[in-house]
This record gives sequence, structure tokens and C-alpha cells, in this order.
Amino acid sequence: MTGGTAVAFAIGLPIFGMVLILLNDRYPNLRDAITLATSACLALIVFGLVPEVTSGGRPGFVLAEIVPGLAIAFEVEPLGMLFAMVASGLWVVTTFYSIGYMRSHHEENQTRFYACFAIAISSAMGICFSANMLTLFIFYEILTISTYPLVIHSETKDAVKAGRTYLGILIGTSIAFLLMAIIWTWFLTGTLDFTPGGILKGKAEGPILGLLLFLYMYGIGKAALMPIHRWLPAAMVAPTPVSALLHAVAVVKAGVFTVLKVIVYIFGIDTLAGIGQDDWLMYIAAFTVIVASCVALTKDNLKARLAYSTVSQLSYIVLGAALANSIGIIGGGMHIAMHAFGKITLFFCAGAILVASHKTEISEMDGLGRVMPFTFIAFLIGSLSVIGLPPLGGSWSKWYLMLSAAEANLIFFMIVFMASSLLNIAYLMPLVARGFFLPERKDDHHDDHHEEVDFWNGVRFGKIKEAPPFCLFAMTITSAGCILLFFYADRIYKMLAPVAGIQG
Amino acid sequence: MIEHLAALQVVIPLLCAPICMLVRYRDWAWIVALFGSWACLVISWLLLQQVIVGDPISYHMGNWAPPLGIEYRVDTVNAFVLLIVSAIGAVVTPYARESVRAEFGVNRVYLFYTSYMLCLCGLLGVTITGDAFNLFVFLEISSLSSYVLIAMGKDRRALTASYQYLVLGTIGATFIVIGIGLLYAETGTLNMEDLAKRLADQPLSRTVGAAFGFLVVGISLKLALFPLHLWLPNAYTYAPSVVSAFLAATATKVAVYVLLRFLFSIFNVKLSFGVMPLDTILLVLSVIAMFAASAVAIFQPDIKRMLAYSSVAQIGYMVLGISFANVNGIAAGIIHLFNHALMKGGMFLALGCVFYQIASVRLDDMAGLGKRMPWTMAAFVVGGLSLIGVPLTVGFVSKWYLVVGALDRGWWFAALLILLSSLLAVVYIWRVVEVAYLKPAPENAGDIEDAPPSMLIPTWILIGASVFFGINTDLTVGVAKQAAMQLLGAGG
Repeated sequence: MTGGTAVAFAIGLPIFGMVLILLNDRYPNLRDAITLATSACLALIVFGLVPEVTSGGRPGFVLAEIVPGLAIAFEVEPLGMLFAMVASGLWVVTTFYSIGYMRSHHEENQTRFYACFAIAISSAMGICFSANMLTLFIFYEILTISTYPLVIHSETKDAVKAGRTYLGILIGTSIAFLLMAIIWTWFLTGTLDFTPGGILKGKAEGPILGLLLFLYMYGIGKAALMPIHRWLPAAMVAPTPVSALLHAVAVVKAGVFTVLKVIVYIFGIDTLAGIGQDDWLMYIAAFTVIVASCVALTKDNLKARLAYSTVSQLSYIVLGAALANSIGIIGGGMHIAMHAFGKITLFFCAGAILVASHKTEISEMDGLGRVMPFTFIAFLIGSLSVIGLPPLGGSWSKWYLMLSAAEANLIFFMIVFMASSLLNIAYLMPLVARGFFLPERKDDHHDDHHEEVDFWNGVRFGKIKEAPPFCLFAMTITSAGCILLFFYADRIYKMLAPVAGIQG
Repeated sequence: MIEHLAALQVVIPLLCAPICMLVRYRDWAWIVALFGSWACLVISWLLLQQVIVGDPISYHMGNWAPPLGIEYRVDTVNAFVLLIVSAIGAVVTPYARESVRAEFGVNRVYLFYTSYMLCLCGLLGVTITGDAFNLFVFLEISSLSSYVLIAMGKDRRALTASYQYLVLGTIGATFIVIGIGLLYAETGTLNMEDLAKRLADQPLSRTVGAAFGFLVVGISLKLALFPLHLWLPNAYTYAPSVVSAFLAATATKVAVYVLLRFLFSIFNVKLSFGVMPLDTILLVLSVIAMFAASAVAIFQPDIKRMLAYSSVAQIGYMVLGISFANVNGIAAGIIHLFNHALMKGGMFLALGCVFYQIASVRLDDMAGLGKRMPWTMAAFVVGGLSLIGVPLTVGFVSKWYLVVGALDRGWWFAALLILLSSLLAVVYIWRVVEVAYLKPAPENAGDIEDAPPSMLIPTWILIGASVFFGINTDLTVGVAKQAAMQLLGAGG
């Protein structure tokens, strides 16, 4: 299979899978098997592209020309390759997890769930591989629309309300600002292709570049810069697998990925650093990092706390991009992968706790670590990676980001990164501590569901009441990933080096 | 034969009208109308093919040479509008069979086809003619027949809606005929090309200025430019489903074409936008239309009325494109004319399917329809996405060129307003989506199936086209740019 065909398959395969999923509505086992097979094939295809891309190849193809001179075209470059590997690899794991979670939780409309999930992944692949800003924008919008049914999955009033916030902010910012910025760029330069070194160089004056940067950054609502971050906490009404893969990995990372793409390939880091129009962006990102962490501290609901943590972590990447030097880009790109593994583990744990013990609030989880030791150890590993302690993957991306601040001679932002790490400890560790060291609470809702325990809905072993095996398996993989990434970070560095303009 | 195509374009529907009347039996009348509308489509396609590659076609009615005789003149601009009108006609007619049978008394069906054919004839005539007074005559034919069509609505309020439209439409027509009269008094000719030549030669007189004013106001009333849109919401709401779809997709579009023709071909850019401050006026009015009408649409409990207000807003986009007075802007106006015809026509047809099954188009009654009529509602949603301007739909292409036109003109705030106003469309479309898909159907709702294929297929043809032309823009953008350059070239 040539590179171009592989790219086409990567985008088309999930769609094909979706059709099969819809056709097998009545046979849940077959349907879930199809999802699993599709995700595995996708991961194989994506990983098969890696050798070609790392050796300097840029496989791609042109699908159609929408407006004369503007095509829906795809081209794989290292940054997109990295994001595609993360998204497709974690889709396989999440599919395992979903099967355990959805069955154990007796969710309705599972076919719709898996079908929309497949479209979302397909559009994430489209975002990864797009060769120009128009293509990226198209898949960006498809991603928004295809995740809407997932957010409102439960169809309760709260879900519908959250869906409005979700759609309102994401569609609103993308149409009002992002599209404006894209058309403006096209008007100024006559192209939207992602070009190393940027396309805006010499085409616009300083203030206009500043305005364009503003339109781009606030147009990419998925990057959740404050104050347009509200959709992300709202999206937490979705079932946990959605929060895990889409709202910790695919959707939000699509946002920061777009930020990186825009800064590297549309503006060009040299252009951006040269004009000094991005100071405000650094401060906004730093503000988001700190404030979102503080908000996370106040949340008792575990998923809400994780959501605000994500908002904060996304701004790490935006800050890395705004610092506009090579190390910052590498740190930002690496953080996409590192944070993805850490945060998905945390969400898996949150879902496992919900399924096994029906608890959502952190204050209710005293002593739960002794009942669900496996889940809590995974949570610990995920937390440490998000905080950025060795020997876990998260330490490397934070290392490079801080190095980037140092290189730009901006000590203030180094302090921001450090302060945020402390805040991470403050909002993630208490759960682990409560779980293992506090005595179990006997008072409130001790309504042990005396339901039959079978393979699909849990593991019981003495005092231990764990989540279904499928969920445990998924958590094992991702937390192992956190550890492995610590040792293989140099591969990511080498892969991203050409993007940042460093000769490997 | 081939050289008479221009005449046949109008003559065929004009002949079909009395035949419908004579055959009386409803299915035969339908077959005649079907033949008429499909023949029109073929002819307009052939005409467009001819003028894309060659010079404009000039056809002399009855061999009387212009400027004395009536000339039919087909260039890229009106060939494209002819195609839009006849294509909508050709799609709506097959749909009409079931829908009309359900909504009309059995005895009045042939009357519907008669006035429908007359209306089609009028609209095509307005578009094809190269004679200013002839244009007025056809405008009256289409108007009078549309009053009849609207009055045929089941709801008795259709009569008052039709009457309201009659009063306002007549005022508009009067303004137009006064304008044409003044031009005749000043120049002594009615042929458009001749008019343009003579107007360009002489200095601007008060008479010409007055004619310009009368014409612009009269045409704006016909195309429902804010604040002259008051006739439109009632007319579209209470008209029979087929009629709403047909008129929404064609009547206002033809009026927009007439505006283009007068502003650019008969008067010229210098007069329209230089001497007269028309660009500012159109800009302000169309921006208000975009926001005010969309905002009103959000609060409508009746979905047909909601779409009607949305139409007023969308006409704002077309006029906004015209007000930029540059190639990209005018092309955007023409592209949106085509695109809006597809999506709004498709959406009104989808509503017709809803009305066919549940005899209501009120939002409250549409609860749970997403599951009960999946194909119909899916069509509505896709049309709605296009209205919002989501990429891969035609609405996106329109918006793209509108914004480029605005930037070209240097009005970046207008560009921002275009995009902001499309967010209002998200709100009013999503209201429907939430009710149709997320609210359970009422207890007492009987078992219903989706609409019959003879209605669903035409609906999906329009909706499918609104996706197809969102991806493949060769026809729309290519023709619209050529048309815009012709319009500007003729005036400059």
C-alpha cells in the first residue's frame, strides 16, 4: 500500500466501520467486534505510515477542489503523524474500555454511540492529515457535529443544555473567528497550504498579524483558552469513554494541534517571534494554566475536576506554541502525546469508579482505594504523569516547555509551569490519599447494588470490587504507556525535530 | 428549432396553462405540468450551454427588430437564473402530485396546475426578456398567478395573506411601471440595451434620478428587502406547501436578478453606486435584514414562518453581495441565489412532507419526528446545516465568497457581521433539531410512516444538490464569476 492510499484508508476506514456498525444494530456482540476490528486496522494503517514519514516522506493525495485553487487535500507531516498515532492507538484501547463500560452501565443507544465515535475518529484523522487550512477546518467542523450526539447521549435535560453550550461555543467561535481568519489569510496570501516557514511572512503588517492571531486563537475553541473553555466542562455529561478519548484526547488535542499547525505552518515561528504580536497570547495561556488549575481545586465532582485540569494542560501547549521557538514547539507537540496518555488513564479510572461503586464525587471516595486497588494505582500513575514526575512520560514535555521559556528568557513562564505543577499535585493527589488512607465512610448511600456480577459488569474478589475486566485492561495499557513514554521520548523528539526546524 | 429555444422557454409553460385548464382531470393536468416544467429545464440547460461558450443570444419576437420589437436576450446572468427557476420547477412538479392531492379540494387541483404554469411562465419571462416593459408584463403575470396560488392554502388566513401580498405587490409593480415610464419619457426607448446606451450618453437628469428611485424601491419590495418584506412571512406561511417551496426558491430570486439587471446593465455602476449612495443604503438594509429577520426567526413557533423569516435574512446576504459592487461580491450574490434556492426549496419540501403526515408544521407538534420520519427530518437537518454555512454544503461556498467580496471592498466589519449573523441560524435550526430528535413523541401520536417516495425523492434531490454543489463548485462559481464580470463589464 502506498502512502497516499494509506492516508485515504485511514480516513475512510472508520466511516466504513460506521456503516457496518449501523447495519448490525441488532447484534451487539458483532457490532462491538466490528468497532474493535476497525480500530485495530486503523491503528495498523496509521503506524504503517510512520517509517515513510520519519524518513522524510510526505504521503498525501488530493480529494476534490471546492473553490478554484483550494482543494480538500491531505499530506502527512510529523506533527500530524504523532497526533494520528496517539488518537488511533488510544481508540483501540478506548474501544475495549467502552465495551466494558457501556455494557456494565446499561447505556441506551449504544449503536448510535459507536457510530458517532467512528465518525469522530475519522474526522480526527482528517484533521491530522490535512494539507491545508480549509481541509482542516472542514474536518474540525465535522468533529464538532459528530460529537454532539455523544455529548447529549443520555438525552436528559442537563445533557441537552450542556449540548447547547458545547455546540454554541464550538460552532460559534469556529464560524465567527476561525473561518474569518482563514478567509482573510486566503485573501492576503492566495493560498492556505501548510508550508514550512509559514505563508504570512511579508504578506501582512504587524497589527494585522496580531489581529489574525487573535482570530485564530479564539476561533479554535477546541483549544479551550479562557474564557471560551466552558464547553469542555459542559461536555462531561457524556458517557466516560467519550470524555476519555474525545474530551481528553481527540477533540481537545485537535484544538491544540490546530494551534500548533497555525503557528508553525501559517504564521511561521520566525515571523511570529519577529513581530512580537503574541505577548498577549502567552499571558492569556499562562492565565488559563493557573486559573483553570485553581478552579479544578474547587471541584468535588471527579470528572469536572479532570475537565478543568485538561483546560489547564491544553494551555501548556498553547503557551509552548506562543513562545515561538523550536523547543517550545517540540515541547508542545510532545505534550499532546504525554498528556493524552496521562489524562485518558485518569478518565478511565473515573469511569471505573462510577461503574463499580456508583460514585462521582471525590468526597465520597474515602477508603475506596482499598476496594478498588487496581483502579487507584492506575490513577496514581496517571496523576504522576500529568504532574510531570519521572519516570513518567509527562516529565519530558514539561521539561522541554520549561526549557523553551528559559530560552526565550522569560523566567515568569517558568514559574508559571512550576506553580501549575504544584497545583496539579494539590488537585490530583488528595483522591489517591483519601482512597488509600482514610477510613471508608459508612453513612451515606450505602445502597450496594446486589446485582449479579458477571464477566461484563465487574470483578469481585473478597473485599475487592473492581470494574469490568475490559476496563481494567484498558487502564493497564494506558498507564503502562505513561511509563514507556518516559523511556521513548527521544523518538518523539527526533520525529518532531524537522517540524521545529532542528536538523535531527 | 434550436434558434427558437429562447421563445419556447416562455411559450411552452404559457401554452401548458390553458391545456391544464381544459383537461380538468387532475392527473392529466399534472402530466401536462410535468411535461411543461421538464421541457423548460431542458431548454434552459441548452441555453446556458450556448451562452457559456459563445456570445449572448438575441431573439427577436415575431421578427420585429429591436429596439422597436421585443427582444429576448440571454446572457450568462439570466441563463443561470433561468436554469435555477426551471430546475426548481422540474423538481417541485413531481412532488406536487401527492402534496396537492392532500391539501386541495379534489375539484380545484387543475386550477392549481394552471396558475402554477402561469407563474412559471411569468418568472421565466421576467428573466429572459430584454425589454423593460415586457419585463413588467411578465412580472404581473407571475405576481397575479402567485396571489392565486397563495390563496389556495387550506388555512383561511391564506386569503388575507394573499390579499396583503396583492396590495403590497401592486404597489411595488406600480413603482416599477412608473420608473420604466420615466425612463421611456427621458430616452424614448424600452429596449434594455438601447436604454443603457442612451443613459450612458446623456448627463444625469432629475427624471432619470427619479426613475432610479422608483425602480429600486419597487424591485426591493418584490424581493422582500428589509423593511419591505412584510408581505413575505404570511404569504409563505399560509400558502400550500408546494407553493411555499416553489415561490421561496424562485420568486424572490428572480426579483434579485431584476435588481442586478437594472443596477448594472441598464443604469451603470457609476450611476448606481457613484452618484447614488446605493451601496451604503443596501449595505445597511441588508445587514439589518440578516440580523433582525434571523432574530425574529428564532422565536417563531410555526416552522414554515421561521423559514420565511430566514428567507428574508438570506435575501439580505444576496443584496449585501450586490452592495459590494465588485466581482467577488456580485458573484457571491449570484451563487447564493442558486444555493439558497436549493436549500430553502429543499427545506420547504421537507416541511411539506411533515405537513402531509401530521397536518401541522408547528414546533410543538414536531416532537419525536426524528425517529418517526427519519428521511424527512434528515433532509431538514442537512438543509439547515447548509443554511448555517457548514463546510461541504453550498451555504459554505456562498459565505466564503461573500466574505472575500467584503474583504475585497475593504469592509472587514461587514465580513465579521456576515459570519456572526450565521450563528443566529445555528440557534433557529437547532431548536428544531432538539425538539425533533430529543423530545419524545406525544402519547396520543398515531403510528406514522415517512412521506411517500414521490415526495421524498424530490426533497432529497434538492438537498443532495445542496451538498453536491458544496463540494463541486465548477458550475456555480464558474458561471457566477462569468456573470458578475459581464454585469460589471457592461456597466463599466
